[in-house]
Amino acid sequence: MIRFEHVNKWYGAYQALVDVNETIAKGEVVVLCGPSGSGKSTLIRTLNRLEPIEGGRIEIDGKDIHAPGTDVNALRSRIGFVFQQFNLFPHMTALQNCTLAPVRLGRLSPAQADEQGRALLERVGLAHKADAYPAELSGGQQQRVAIARALAQKPPLMLFDEPTSALDPEMVGEVLTVIRGLASDGMTMICVTHEMGFAREVADRVLFMDAGKVLERATPADFFLRPQHPRAQQFLADIRSPFGNG
Amino acid sequence: MFDLSLVLAGPYRDLLVAGLLLSIKLTAVTLVLALPLATAVALLRLAPLRPLRWMGFAFVESIRNVPLLAHMLFWYFGAPELLPETLKARLYEGNFEALSAVIALTLYTAAYMAEDIRSGISAIPAVQREAGRSLGLGYLANMRFVILPQALRITAPPLISQTLNLWKNTSIATVIGVAELMYQAAAVESASFRSFEPFAFATVSYLSVSLLITGLAAWQQRRYPVRPA
Amino acid sequence: MLELIDTYWLYFLVGQYPNGPLGGLALTLALASLGLLLAMPLGLILGVARLSPWRALRWPVTALVFVVRGTPLLMVIFWAYFFLPTLTGAKTSQFGTMLIALVIFDGVYLAEIVRAGIVGLGRGQVEAARSLGLSHVQALRHVLLPQALRHMLPSLVNQFVSTIKETSLGYIIGLSEVSFIATQINTQVFTKPTQVYLCLGLTYFLLCFGLSRFAYWVEARVAARGRRRPLAGAPA
Repeated sequence: MIRFEHVNKWYGAYQALVDVNETIAKGEVVVLCGPSGSGKSTLIRTLNRLEPIEGGRIEIDGKDIHAPGTDVNALRSRIGFVFQQFNLFPHMTALQNCTLAPVRLGRLSPAQADEQGRALLERVGLAHKADAYPAELSGGQQQRVAIARALAQKPPLMLFDEPTSALDPEMVGEVLTVIRGLASDGMTMICVTHEMGFAREVADRVLFMDAGKVLERATPADFFLRPQHPRAQQFLADIRSPFGNG
Repeated sequence: MFDLSLVLAGPYRDLLVAGLLLSIKLTAVTLVLALPLATAVALLRLAPLRPLRWMGFAFVESIRNVPLLAHMLFWYFGAPELLPETLKARLYEGNFEALSAVIALTLYTAAYMAEDIRSGISAIPAVQREAGRSLGLGYLANMRFVILPQALRITAPPLISQTLNLWKNTSIATVIGVAELMYQAAAVESASFRSFEPFAFATVSYLSVSLLITGLAAWQQRRYPVRPA
Repeated sequence: MLELIDTYWLYFLVGQYPNGPLGGLALTLALASLGLLLAMPLGLILGVARLSPWRALRWPVTALVFVVRGTPLLMVIFWAYFFLPTLTGAKTSQFGTMLIALVIFDGVYLAEIVRAGIVGLGRGQVEAARSLGLSHVQALRHVLLPQALRHMLPSLVNQFVSTIKETSLGYIIGLSEVSFIATQINTQVFTKPTQVYLCLGLTYFLLCFGLSRFAYWVEARVAARGRRRPLAGAPA
């Protein structure tokens, strides 16, 4: 469903993505992990064209997303993106956050959008907070609303950019539960995360990135038990014993 | 239709250039006078004693809330009445227009700069002030050696912005008869019955110096970026 | 001083009205209010244009903003005074000239306030809106401007104070705003310039200081409501 071919990206003189070649099948759940600055967020942001690329080709459903004449807005409405900082619209209620796009993009009438919005909030466990403003919600609740908002477009693909990194530890679980639910429903997902336990449980595949390159791709079991690449081994060792291997 | 040679050579050009030079001079003199005044007022605003703080506040607010034009009218027409006759006569003999303009401009600019300097000083974390004082430095010495040098970097961009305002504000001196650029442009217009050429000259002159000042700001920010403590 | 006020207070406040056009403080306020009111839509359009993804729109507007901000207001007034009659074919009144000059000048300053307001919301809001598939215009209309305009309220009041001070330049083209009237009074009375101009200064001070305090109050109110709705992304 998604194909990266020789994707290269530079920020000025710094190369953020180095010759990335990957294919992701429909229904796959892929976890992207790696140290800070490895390019994992950059990579998923190229998928909905939040970041441009300087070389290579990205295809979704067989179509080049950078082809001239591509409707960027239509592309983005078919991809759900969940941000690390939630980015809910503070001047709108949780429900309004979810109904804005379907109504404004002409997909649903306000009444239909309302119904769908409430159903989605129900699904993430926040039906009772439909009329609350983001400031009245905890971080975990805000992120769950953000997921509902992304789902309102009924996208075939969901992208998560470190969805739990900005949360206090006790709220991480509630968000991961929602994401886990989506995965088991067959959604195609790419998730950038540090939550290794989650990755082990939910991912079909793990991609390890460092310095803009994909260094290892394996099933979770293989990756966590038998990492091949020395950088991957180092990364997992650092995660397991954060005080160093002395 | 438009004959720029009218202003690019000859007596009209000389008048306009003289005006431009006077505008620049007004700016320079005001800047030299306003900066120390502004620093003093800023320190007043931050003084540990309430009456001092209030004095600084009164200075800033009473000046900023009155338009520069009214300031100029006051200093030129109103203030001399308060002086004894002999002094008044002497003033009017000399270049009192320029003096009033400089007084008005200095006070006005200093009031705005004082606020920017005050913000800059306040932006230095309190711990820096404490560090200086705990080394035994008095309030003023602490300001001079520890706080102000750091505050200067933060304050430079807004101060340069105020300099830009000052440059544009010199045009208001025309109202009390100072022969700066605006005055000369209007004078050339009256004499030659052509409006476009002298005003084009004046506009380009104002824009060029504005560009220079803005360029200075950009250079300063690149060369001396603020380094957080 | 008191007899001065006693004799001239009405003239100071409304000029020659009703025996002539409106003048004095009333004219100052009318001009400032109308000027800012008309400048607001212009400022909104220019500010949004400055952020447009289309260069053909962005560059000319940026150039216009730069030119107007680098020129003294007095220069803009003179341009309007000498060239509006040619453009419109009719003799433009001093009020009209001053109004146009103020609308252009303040419009440009408001444009910068609008632009800063939108940019100050942070990339997150824009990215979230665009990621949902909303177009640039839709993102502006439904997400960015509602937030930015609310934050801009205190700046607007401050801009009104500036506009009031700017009206004083009408003096130079003979508009009967309050500074001009003060000078008329001074010419008539002749022997009390200090009192006349002190009164003038005091009038401006009371008006502008009062408004600035109001701006502080507005800012505090907006901040208080903002604590109910802080910027998105911050856990409550």
